Amino acid sequence: MPEQLLFAMEVTLNGLMAGVLYALVALGFVLIFKASGIFNYAQGVMALFAALTLVGIQQGQVPFSHLINAVFGTEIHHFPWHVPSIIAIILAAGVMVLFAYLVEKYILQHLIGQPDIILFMATIGLAYFMEGFGDIMWGSEIKTLDVGLPQGMNLAIDEATYNMFGYGFFIDNLDIVAAVVAALLVTSLVIFSQYTKQGRALRAVADDHSAALSVGISLRFIWVLVWSIAGFVALVAGIMWGAKSGVQFSLSLIALKALPVLMLGGFTSIPGAIIGGLIIGVGEQLFEFAIGPMIGGATQNWFAYVLALVFLIFRPQGLFGEKIIERV
Amino acid sequence: MFYREAGDFKTSYRDDSQTFPIRLDRMGYYVLMFVAFLVVPFFINDYWVNAVFAPFLIYAIAALGLNILTGYAGQVSLGTGGFMAVGAYACYKLMTGFPEVSIVIHIILAGGITAIVGVAFGLPSLRIKGFYLAVATLAAQFFLVWLFNKVPWFYNYSASGQINAPERSVFGVIVTGPNTEAWAKYMICLVFVVVLAWVARNLTRGMMGRKWMGIRDMDIAAEIIGVNPLMAKLSAFAVSSFFVGIAGALFFAVYLGAAEAGEAFGINKSFLILFMIIIGGLGSIFGSFAGAAFMVLMPVFLKNVLVGGMGWPTDLAAHFEFMIVGGLIVLFLIVEPHGLAQLWRLTKEKLRLWPFPH
Repeated sequence: MPEQLLFAMEVTLNGLMAGVLYALVALGFVLIFKASGIFNYAQGVMALFAALTLVGIQQGQVPFSHLINAVFGTEIHHFPWHVPSIIAIILAAGVMVLFAYLVEKYILQHLIGQPDIILFMATIGLAYFMEGFGDIMWGSEIKTLDVGLPQGMNLAIDEATYNMFGYGFFIDNLDIVAAVVAALLVTSLVIFSQYTKQGRALRAVADDHSAALSVGISLRFIWVLVWSIAGFVALVAGIMWGAKSGVQFSLSLIALKALPVLMLGGFTSIPGAIIGGLIIGVGEQLFEFAIGPMIGGATQNWFAYVLALVFLIFRPQGLFGEKIIERV
Repeated sequence: MFYREAGDFKTSYRDDSQTFPIRLDRMGYYVLMFVAFLVVPFFINDYWVNAVFAPFLIYAIAALGLNILTGYAGQVSLGTGGFMAVGAYACYKLMTGFPEVSIVIHIILAGGITAIVGVAFGLPSLRIKGFYLAVATLAAQFFLVWLFNKVPWFYNYSASGQINAPERSVFGVIVTGPNTEAWAKYMICLVFVVVLAWVARNLTRGMMGRKWMGIRDMDIAAEIIGVNPLMAKLSAFAVSSFFVGIAGALFFAVYLGAAEAGEAFGINKSFLILFMIIIGGLGSIFGSFAGAAFMVLMPVFLKNVLVGGMGWPTDLAAHFEFMIVGGLIVLFLIVEPHGLAQLWRLTKEKLRLWPFPH
């Protein structure tokens, strides 16, 4: 087999893996958009905040230590303990639930009935707030996140492909874990929404707010629930991205990458988020591989957006989105 | 009592259609112009012009531009930073390509070039609406910044990848480059602001502005009563980008002097200007100025209080600034979705009667 083709295959595989991570972020967007019609720009910052919280708890950091030191002139940084990963994850998930509750209580409740675009802008404000808050709470330096996920090249795949094609593919173990986790997450979300009482209520709200209200479903509870789930998804995404490239500010920028994913897949479709993520992941890697060197490289910065833009001109509601019907 | 609209009779059509039909508004405007043109330039120094006046005036132009697009025509754009970069690089290429032509013409031409680019990126708006369009304009943001970083022709093959404004003058007064005097910097921005604000004000209350507002309120209904959505949307993109392009050109040539696309015109700039028009008030000329002033003054104020007054480290103050900006945006959206402009309207309403009860 020609070498170029093998390279392209490897790039495609890596693109698929990267796409899974985009899909993870996009999934949080879709959940919130379906249940409340809010386009939650803060999803990426939620992932960052969740990852920061996880690292902070794990390493026993004192929250707001920087601020406390500045105000009171003290020198505190860490509690004298390390929390095991699993407990830290549970605690971080708890923080995200609390966050969901506060967002509902102090922001969403006051914005019911406002136009969508106002809600969208409110989430941009929320994103800014969270960014500053996360940094004040846990410090802004780059942190490494280690919850015991396997990392480095997967030797089995390397060997298998070497025997098959005479060229070993480089696939990161972490990406495989991410793919598995994403699959598990989606499956459990589907099961949750199909077979539990809360899940049914959630789907009812997604279908029609007022009809759901009239049969006695508490909208506020559903919103807290769905923001909590989105917070949990953000935590998972934060763990994956954080383990891959360290917990830092750029993590919140993946939210921007998730936007074209959503546009491709449609805002209201969970399978759409996954497939959109994969298309974007593969597309941008292949484009960078094939065309990138000719036009100066670093095309990942914009390729996803342009792809989504071109795609939307032909299909404005995305791949799986509901058909947009407009009436006067 | 203090703000009167009554008793102000017009006797000709000309009077009736002037830019500020209410006498008090007009007088306020003249006083403001007097202070801006004949008082401030004599007292301004380098600190004030660089920290407050130049950014305020330039951002006001950008906010006016975005407000035309988002506030008046209802098309949300997150590509403002990218369009500012187009203005800046167009201005740079013109300045270095045709050094004998006046900088004023270059800046206006840079606006024109940005308008063309804006129309190109505005084309999808005919098919895409709402969030989808907002995300689609991100394509402009990232693509344009990437383009200016990767194609050496745009930065004249300079080793650093930066663009540097050469020295140019208007009527013998240096306005760009490191030797610019504070008042010259201020004056060139001010002249552009005043002219463009006047243009914006008259565009938005005329036929064009009404078409834009029709499209904003409901595009299908507007189309049915005879507004051409293609023309209305694209003209909004063109005018808006023209303003933003001029802001970008001034930002680079007069204010920064040297710029690099990713740093000076990144996505944060787009959000900053969006915040200005949200806090200032969507669909309001005054709001664009109020929002720009607020977003320029607040960091200066916070920095002085937190770092200067309380001795906090600068990075902590920067994080606080993020929190406060974010919190304020949410607060404004909850308490006063129409922004500072609405507060101003309410104040005028109150001043009509105050201090009397009826």
